[in-house]
Amino acid sequence: MTFEEYVPGAADDHEPATMADMLTVAGNAAAVAPVGAAPILEVDKLRMYFPVKSPGLLRRTVGHVQAVDGVSFQVVEGGSLGLVGESGCGKSTTGRLITRLYTPTSGAIRFQGEDIAHAKARQLKPLRRDIQMIFQDPYTSLNPRHTVGAIIGAPLAIHKILPKKQILPRVQELLEIVGLNPEHYNRYPHEFSGGQRQRIGIARSLTLQPKLLVADEPVSALDVSIQAQVVNLLQDIQREFGVAFLFIAHDLAVVRHFCPEVAVMYLGKIVEIGDRDSIYNNAHHPYTQALLSAVPDVRQAATGGRRERIRLEGDVPSPIDPPSGCRFRTRCPIAQEICARHEPPLLQIGQRHKVACHFPGRLGEAPREPLTSGLLGVDREGRPDPGASPSTDLVEQPGFADTWFDLDKKTIGRV
Amino acid sequence: MSTAPTPYLSVQDLKVHFPTPDGIVKATDGLSFDLERGKTLGIVGESGSGKSVSSSAILGLHRGSSAQVSGHILLDGVDLLELSNEDMRKMRGRDVSMIFQDPLSAMHPYYTVGNQLVEAYRVHNKVTKKEARARAVEMLDRVGIPNPDKRIGDYPHQFSGGMRQRAMIAMGLINDPGLLIADEPTTALDVTVQAQILDLLQDLQREFNSAVIIITHDLGVVAEMADDVLVMYAGRAVEHGPCKEILTHPEMPYTWGLLSSVPDVSGDTNARLLPIPGSPPSLLNPPTGCAFHPRCLHRDKVPGDLCRTELPPLVVGTRIGSHLKRCHLSDPDSIYESEVLPEIAPDLVDEIVADKATDNAADDAEGAR
Repeated sequence: MTFEEYVPGAADDHEPATMADMLTVAGNAAAVAPVGAAPILEVDKLRMYFPVKSPGLLRRTVGHVQAVDGVSFQVVEGGSLGLVGESGCGKSTTGRLITRLYTPTSGAIRFQGEDIAHAKARQLKPLRRDIQMIFQDPYTSLNPRHTVGAIIGAPLAIHKILPKKQILPRVQELLEIVGLNPEHYNRYPHEFSGGQRQRIGIARSLTLQPKLLVADEPVSALDVSIQAQVVNLLQDIQREFGVAFLFIAHDLAVVRHFCPEVAVMYLGKIVEIGDRDSIYNNAHHPYTQALLSAVPDVRQAATGGRRERIRLEGDVPSPIDPPSGCRFRTRCPIAQEICARHEPPLLQIGQRHKVACHFPGRLGEAPREPLTSGLLGVDREGRPDPGASPSTDLVEQPGFADTWFDLDKKTIGRV
Repeated sequence: MSTAPTPYLSVQDLKVHFPTPDGIVKATDGLSFDLERGKTLGIVGESGSGKSVSSSAILGLHRGSSAQVSGHILLDGVDLLELSNEDMRKMRGRDVSMIFQDPLSAMHPYYTVGNQLVEAYRVHNKVTKKEARARAVEMLDRVGIPNPDKRIGDYPHQFSGGMRQRAMIAMGLINDPGLLIADEPTTALDVTVQAQILDLLQDLQREFNSAVIIITHDLGVVAEMADDVLVMYAGRAVEHGPCKEILTHPEMPYTWGLLSSVPDVSGDTNARLLPIPGSPPSLLNPPTGCAFHPRCLHRDKVPGDLCRTELPPLVVGTRIGSHLKRCHLSDPDSIYESEVLPEIAPDLVDEIVADKATDNAADDAEGAR
């Protein structure tokens, strides 16, 4: 189905007071992954270092904020990948790199097979039609001096897709799709509520019929009851138009609902990536486990009292001078000596599950011996082991391989 | 009623009205609740439902503004609304204190954290600067700030978000107040830090035996922290009762909406997100009758046009006496179980059926005896 064929159901009898009602009658269950879809976006060892300048006249570079440091993942056509993590972990920077609002320090961003990591401004223009972004703050991301019609129609004029006369009907059609009254194209952003403004932002991102939408915290600035409206709208859009999503959020419950695949980031690195079930029910990284146990749960009321949770001490270290080896080791409850010496590789431990930890295991079942010492060619404390040779096939790739190391059976698993 | 202990805090028919050029904004319109020492009340609602306005009224923060505050706020038997400004000033910080949502804007950027803590202590206690400083270090240590004797000289911007909120809590508790109001204390924080702060608040509450009001929009936080829950909508309480009762057997469609519009991190993936349609009403010109009726999906189950014409009173719910609700629906619990729960938590329905079966079996056994 294309945009042109889409006719929303009860869009005719709009009253201003019930503008937002359109898509809210039916709720949506959690999204499911498309089966056997080809990757539309492949990110390979992406790095973004921001220089830190010294004060004074010379402005020498004295260090780098390692905001994103070697991140690899895939997003399939019509699928959605969730990026979660605490503030400062690099998830928003990753989103901005993919939309090429920043130029990465190194690494590749392959969109439909073509590397766009260092594309020039002129080459980027056609790309902008395919990759669009939804911003977090609906108050600052819309120009207050432009009408809604001008905001939503601007991409059509810039890319010279439609003649001027046809822009307005298309804008009205888009307003209908996102559940706003099409007659309101002449209004200014301040005349709308937060949820409605977010819908305007979504309409703008849909104007050029993109194939990939980067949604950077699309619901976190909204009221609880409005959040669900916007999440359902995004799900409807994905189902109707088959848009792929990179969904960046810190709310683990919303990500679980929206994304069949999830990547957990910590200090610029992916520590665990996998499908919904692997991450939420079978997490093997201590950080993912701590993050999940920290989420307050409504169902707790039925049992009363508070759950035992993993307490992480302290704060996230500075990305200017991250800890050696594993970056999580300073707050990790199971860290050992090898963690300070070597960075754990992102190991595939399930059909769609990778984890970067020397001691991966379910909560309370972490192995005592480092699982990675053989692969890295070191002994259990991380010193070089003359008897062992490091494995050569540890190349990290964006997607998932057909074989993996099954931790439960201690064998190589196959599809 | 005479045997019941008098509650530490008793708010009766509190009204906060703001006159504006367009008319009177009824931010809080007839709010009543009681709270005892050592207990936590969670106030839930969307922005603009009057949660923050009500709690700042308890602190007397509307004095000197154009707001019209009426009703009674009895703290340990003293009506805070009848105190003079000077007496209220003496209570503030000593008996009632507040933790704000954004510690960066709630702290003074030009003073060190230590100076602000020392000041808060010396306003209410006749002590030397040295003693006050020692007390400040002790409090910073208590809330878990490393090297408190060094960090006390830092400015707020040198602290991380979580540490600032800890310092804020230390400042709120430095005079050992009987009532602590926490206005969205963790909204600006990451989940792992939020968990640290909630743990800390709970430990401190046990230690100081204070009454705590926690204002939030996150039902998960309420479920873990609160003994009682008060759900507010458009300036009024719409549901009030013990936390477990409200979250497992809510009887007001607005509470159903709140529960169904946030996904649960451990819930069934078949559960659907059912948002509340529309947006919160303007308090300048609130809807007639039940303020929630334009957004309510269950209005058709009430005979006539009652929801639109008549404001439902806050009455005892269908299950237990301490559960109050403001709704015309006559049998909300069965609607919740048959219509709402299967959509938002299909996995819980089986549990309820199983519970009922065991209940019935127990009843039968008792009947046989």
